Amino acid sequence: MISFNLLVFVSIAYVVFLFAVAFAAERRAAMGKTAWLRSSAIYTLSLSIYCTAWTFYGAVGYAARSGLEFLTIYLGPTLVMIGWWWLVRKLVRIGRTQRLTSIADLISSRFGKSTFLGVLVTVLAIVGTTPYIALQLQSVTQSIAVFAASSGEVWEAGDLNGAAMWVAAGLAVFTVLFGTRNLDAHERHHGIVLAIAVEAVVKLFALIAVGVFVVWGVAGGIGPTMDLIDASAQSQWAPQPSRWIGLIFVSAAAFLCLPRMFQVLVVENSDERTVSTASWAFPTYLLLMSLFVVPIAVVGLDLMPAGANPDLFVVTLPLSEGREGLAILSFLGGFSSATSMVIVATLALATMVSNHIVVPSWLNARTPGAVVSGDVRDVVVMSRRISIGVILALGYIYFRLSGGGGALAAIGLVSFTGVTQVLPAMIGGVFWRGANRWGAGAAISIGFAVWAWTQFLPSFGVDAVISQAVFDQGPFGINWLRPYALFGIEGIDPFVHAVFWSMLLNTGALIVVSILTFPNPLERLQGAQFVNVYDYSSGARTWSQSAAQAEDLLVMAQRILGGAEAQSIFQAEARSQGKDGFLPDVTPDFISRLERELSGSVGAATAHAMMAQLTEGAMVSVDDLIAVADETAQIMEYSSQLEAKSAEQDRTARALREANEKLTALSIQKDAFLSQISHELRTPMTSIRSFSDILRDGEIEDEARKKFAGIIHDETNRLTRLLDDLLDLGVLESGQVQLNIGEGTLAEVLDRAIMASGVAPDDLVISRRAVNEGVPLTTDLERLAQVFINLISNAAKYCMADDPELRIIVRQINGQTVVDFCDNGAGVPKESQSMIFEKFSRLEDAGKAGGAGLGLSICRQIMTALGGDVTYLPGQGGAGFRVTIPAAVALAAQ
Amino acid sequence: MSNRGRTEFLERGSYRQRRFRDAARMVPLFAAVMMLLPLMWPRAQTDQSLTSSGIYYLFGLWVVLVVIAFALSRVLQFETPDDSAEGAGKKGGDE
Repeated sequence: MISFNLLVFVSIAYVVFLFAVAFAAERRAAMGKTAWLRSSAIYTLSLSIYCTAWTFYGAVGYAARSGLEFLTIYLGPTLVMIGWWWLVRKLVRIGRTQRLTSIADLISSRFGKSTFLGVLVTVLAIVGTTPYIALQLQSVTQSIAVFAASSGEVWEAGDLNGAAMWVAAGLAVFTVLFGTRNLDAHERHHGIVLAIAVEAVVKLFALIAVGVFVVWGVAGGIGPTMDLIDASAQSQWAPQPSRWIGLIFVSAAAFLCLPRMFQVLVVENSDERTVSTASWAFPTYLLLMSLFVVPIAVVGLDLMPAGANPDLFVVTLPLSEGREGLAILSFLGGFSSATSMVIVATLALATMVSNHIVVPSWLNARTPGAVVSGDVRDVVVMSRRISIGVILALGYIYFRLSGGGGALAAIGLVSFTGVTQVLPAMIGGVFWRGANRWGAGAAISIGFAVWAWTQFLPSFGVDAVISQAVFDQGPFGINWLRPYALFGIEGIDPFVHAVFWSMLLNTGALIVVSILTFPNPLERLQGAQFVNVYDYSSGARTWSQSAAQAEDLLVMAQRILGGAEAQSIFQAEARSQGKDGFLPDVTPDFISRLERELSGSVGAATAHAMMAQLTEGAMVSVDDLIAVADETAQIMEYSSQLEAKSAEQDRTARALREANEKLTALSIQKDAFLSQISHELRTPMTSIRSFSDILRDGEIEDEARKKFAGIIHDETNRLTRLLDDLLDLGVLESGQVQLNIGEGTLAEVLDRAIMASGVAPDDLVISRRAVNEGVPLTTDLERLAQVFINLISNAAKYCMADDPELRIIVRQINGQTVVDFCDNGAGVPKESQSMIFEKFSRLEDAGKAGGAGLGLSICRQIMTALGGDVTYLPGQGGAGFRVTIPAAVALAAQ
Repeated sequence: MSNRGRTEFLERGSYRQRRFRDAARMVPLFAAVMMLLPLMWPRAQTDQSLTSSGIYYLFGLWVVLVVIAFALSRVLQFETPDDSAEGAGKKGGDE
């Protein structure tokens, strides 16, 4: 008979050995010798925490009850690992570039560093994992109880509870010691990883040893074992398709989503190449772990007394055969399976709790905007230690409450389905950029709720949480909400039912809500970083201003990472910038790199918040980035305004240039005008002086004297007319003209003008249409007549046709009265048409003109003063002038 | 080997690599189909659905998968960003 004390001694010795291994690994890592700790073998072995006591003890029990179905639990992870190129590789790459600390961090970080999602996943993980930890405690105590029984002691429930408490306390100490020893930027725990690698070897060796003993020592070889299998209660293998598929799916999903698996698979991974090796090595490990499960189960069923717990065949079988050494080895294997799982699961959960619940709350509780003071490092480490204690206590309490009953496998599956609820958000987040935090939140919440209703709460048993009535009729009599028959669909296996509905609604919520809502900018940034991780291996980049001082950052980083690590990061950065010392320039690159380093310790959301706090808002979030974009838009708008202004200035300059040209032209015109006027004045003055000289000398005949006096008189008249015109023009141009507004009709004005012009009907035939001329006018009729006279006498003077004719046509155009004077002469050449209204412009000196070329100029001035116009009207078969008389109202208003 | 042969070899090499990646993607699908295959086995008579046959088939399949995964992990080449030298631009095997 084995001494119980020996078992206790061996166990304690084994635990001490594990402590030593972990301690040695930490020592070596501290000395920088991490190469072999990062090897593929260690990585693969660390993955073996997938195989918990549920595998070590439970798989045999499972096989004894359901035959080959237990294999699905190992086929799922095998699929994931040999398909590593799809997902595991990407997760590992994301984990490295984003410095992920847990699966909650993955979800939180992907969906815009959302604190809410981090909390949600953490809560889900705790709820899903606590029963699982209880399960491990139960398996250890049960196996201890087996030895106690075989040594003649009968264990009461109190003894079991005491043992469970001691185990839990011991695990807490180990986890605190090696799990919260350092708060480094990579969240890697060499001591723990090496310890669980050793445990992985121990449990595999133990299980194979028992298996070899059973097959060759008891059954008598492979052939007889197979015969025994085919003769056993489990000889027939008739897998239920829905369960077979569902179990493979859930185990594959759980392999990725279990917090402890994510910890070893992604967080502790330090080299992607090790994944490549693990892709075949880990399936091999699973194969070996499963190889002897059926033989042990069948031989156990054959040899052990009816009613013996098949979950414990691995220990009880060697014991009953008198192989005490093998039994102790087997016990150590089971102990290893349980402890390694509990350690890593607790550590992973504690990290999640501290990073996603405690530290954010702690930060929130502080006055916003205040610079982080106090030692964050202490807060993080303390919160982790406390979390470890609390989680193990929860597991222990659950163990006490559940009373240690129930088949192990059932609890395991409940836990698996629970954590699988994270899968859609994870896959969606990694492969679909459109997935957003609303979708992820809805998906996980709905999945969580459906899982709790259809599997978790019912797992406590009928009437424990959910009453029989609710199972039968649904809550409040709502029939379609029955836990085992959602939507009224009955008859599905409860496990498949829970998996199917939770995953369907979960995935559906992710897709539908993501499509209907909008992500915030940070999410879109992170989404791109995650989905296109192979293109973005340089890591997350958030734009930020360098308002934070390097020294402040160093102070904060030291609080989180510890002095040495923080200083080395700063020093390396300074060196890469070509500076000495510890204070690099605070570049946006450096800030985002530092944030990633910090997120390796406290999680992405927290690190982001802390950096934001320290830099007092100078750390620019993507919202600010949008503001910056707006600013840029403003700048662009401003520059376009400047452009417009400069265009305006161009226009002004052009106008000024034109004005200058005009002034120059006017100056030339003025000179021309002066010389012209001197000439016009001089010519008559010369003749007046000459003829007055002759008259003064007196020796002339009467006839000649009369002629000379007539010439002098004519020339004086001409001078007077010229001076009158000039005076008139001067008055008109200066705008000081006195208008004598009167009323009359156009016909009257025309009659007067024709009469005053003194044109003989022989010289010029004037044709009019009296019908149109009855237009009432309210204007200065004298001045208007003056314009008409001018135009009529011009026609008489210049029309060189054989039968000169002037047509006067009156029209109404746009409410204005228009009078056209068109003769049948040669007209005005095109190049001269713009000139004829200028002063002193004459087409030719026809002699009989008798004017100084001021007529049309005066006409235009008069018409402008009257609010109308006179223009040349081309294309009338001769010279054409159009006089526009404004409407009476407009005129009256002037 | 002639110069021409070398060039040809390099092109074939990168072509092979892409096909190996295709294979790495296909293996889990193949594995999944093979794992579900026993669901369609005939089970009319008791000697057609023996657990021992299941053991032979499933563990045989498992060994085959491990061998394939092993072979692929040997031939697949992929670059990984160094821990210390992040930010050196685009890396990784995907194109």
